[in-house]
Amino acid sequence: MASTIRVRAIASGDATQVQALISHPMDSGFVKDSKGQLIPAHHIDVVEFEHAGKVVFTCLWGPAVSKDPYVKFSFKGGKKGDDLKVSWVDNKGQSDSSVAKIQ
Amino acid sequence: MLRKLLIAVAMVAGAAQPLFAADATSDPKAEFKAFRDYFTNRFPKVALDDFVNGPYSMDEGLRKQWKAIDEFPPYDFAIDKGKQMFETPFKNGKSYGDCFPNKGIGVRQDYPQFDAKSGQVITLDMALNQCREANGEKPFDYTKDDMAALTAYMAFTSRGKPMNIKIPDDPRALAAYTKGKQYFYTRRGQLNFSCASCHVQNPGNHIRTEVLAPALGIMNAMPIYRSAWGGMGTTSRRLRTCNSQVRGVPLPGESEEYRNVEYYLSYMANGLPISGPGTRP
Amino acid sequence: MNEFSRAPHQTRRTILKGAVGLAALGLGAGGALTSAHAAADAKAWPDKAFTAKGEADALKALYGKTGEPSDKVNLDAPEIAENGAVVPIAVASTLPNVTGIAILVLENPNTLAAAYKIPEGTEASVASRLKMAKTSKVMAVVESGGKLFTATKEVKVTVGGCGG
Repeated sequence: MASTIRVRAIASGDATQVQALISHPMDSGFVKDSKGQLIPAHHIDVVEFEHAGKVVFTCLWGPAVSKDPYVKFSFKGGKKGDDLKVSWVDNKGQSDSSVAKIQ
Repeated sequence: MLRKLLIAVAMVAGAAQPLFAADATSDPKAEFKAFRDYFTNRFPKVALDDFVNGPYSMDEGLRKQWKAIDEFPPYDFAIDKGKQMFETPFKNGKSYGDCFPNKGIGVRQDYPQFDAKSGQVITLDMALNQCREANGEKPFDYTKDDMAALTAYMAFTSRGKPMNIKIPDDPRALAAYTKGKQYFYTRRGQLNFSCASCHVQNPGNHIRTEVLAPALGIMNAMPIYRSAWGGMGTTSRRLRTCNSQVRGVPLPGESEEYRNVEYYLSYMANGLPISGPGTRP
Repeated sequence: MNEFSRAPHQTRRTILKGAVGLAALGLGAGGALTSAHAAADAKAWPDKAFTAKGEADALKALYGKTGEPSDKVNLDAPEIAENGAVVPIAVASTLPNVTGIAILVLENPNTLAAAYKIPEGTEASVASRLKMAKTSKVMAVVESGGKLFTATKEVKVTVGGCGG
């Protein structure tokens, strides 16, 4: 099963820049299907990024975050070869996580 | 040559005449040059290779948003899916690579091609379905996600390669090119627009909320991830949408008309880089 | 559609264990839950903030306070969105001790679009892609030293991002 999480983490100097793209419908709950029925809200609630046992970034997302959501941020520390763990959970309780290597 | 340029200028001024006489004869080499010169003269500040980026070559605000999204584009998932599909063998043990030169990697820019045996233009999408059927698999719907993912992967392996369309010395090939050219310049639908009405007369201008792409290089970004679709779509899907948008009747995917117009437009873009899979509004 | 594992209650708690700062965001767990959210999620996800209408209510629910404009908050958003479904928005700030960033779309059905927790050692900047229902002011909020600072920009939307 393919992971839903794609990560690019690049160390440069004393900082690591992280970009993540996650495969998720992020249904807002406002859109109707072809039969006129509302498609229920189905979106990621929380995304966590962890490095060396410490949470370095947390996303709190709602239905207004775009489909296949993207986020970019930077944190101090992290060097090439380190692990960066990314996990998400959505409003239906589904989840996924992935470990990427910092480049 | 000068006559053709004058016709082009008249067209810009809103005249209803086609860019070239819609008769049975074609001179692809001369038409190629006139087509290119029309766009480079009209948009002297746009780098030749940039035309393949459609509306983003025409509008700074759109370009900036495109660049932001292209940093990590949502079509990455479609490419992954396409790669997985491409590498999975058929039930009989063969795979897509067996149907194409170079195992199907980096070949997208050679399509569409004229097939002497069947006497028709074969697009990449059609070649993929022919490959499936030759190996006992059901063909994909030309307008749906499976074909979109597969062609997205194949386009990705050809990124940067120059479009390379050939018109062999065969009257049937020239006829297909001519039919494609005629389709492009023929008005249709309740709005009575031809493809040229938007993409030759009005690139860079707005139609309702969208900025129109130039016809030069318009096939190079296919298939495309459209914000409007929230997903990846095939060339056929886009052409059907274009037909609907002028309140015309959409044709079935990969109809002869669509394949011929893709042949014509791709030939006009020879030398320009493959930019697919692309993103569009 | 992708298949995800159904996260048992415990696993999700483990994932969120490290997020000690959630309390610092002033997230209250009480109140009626929207039926769309699993009950187990209520404490971690600020549902009241995400259903609040209007800038003041959203910020009070999320941070317990409201903010004031500051030129040290930089909001990068397009003047005219290509498509309301995917609007690239970036926020950065030179303010000190930044602990959180939030993005509000004032004309959206729910004002709060996204919030980010910034622990020490993480830069005060984030880029994301948001949905906008229609032309609206977008507000970037930065929590610095316990206070909120904002920057606002209008983004025109011709094709709405909420469907239809």
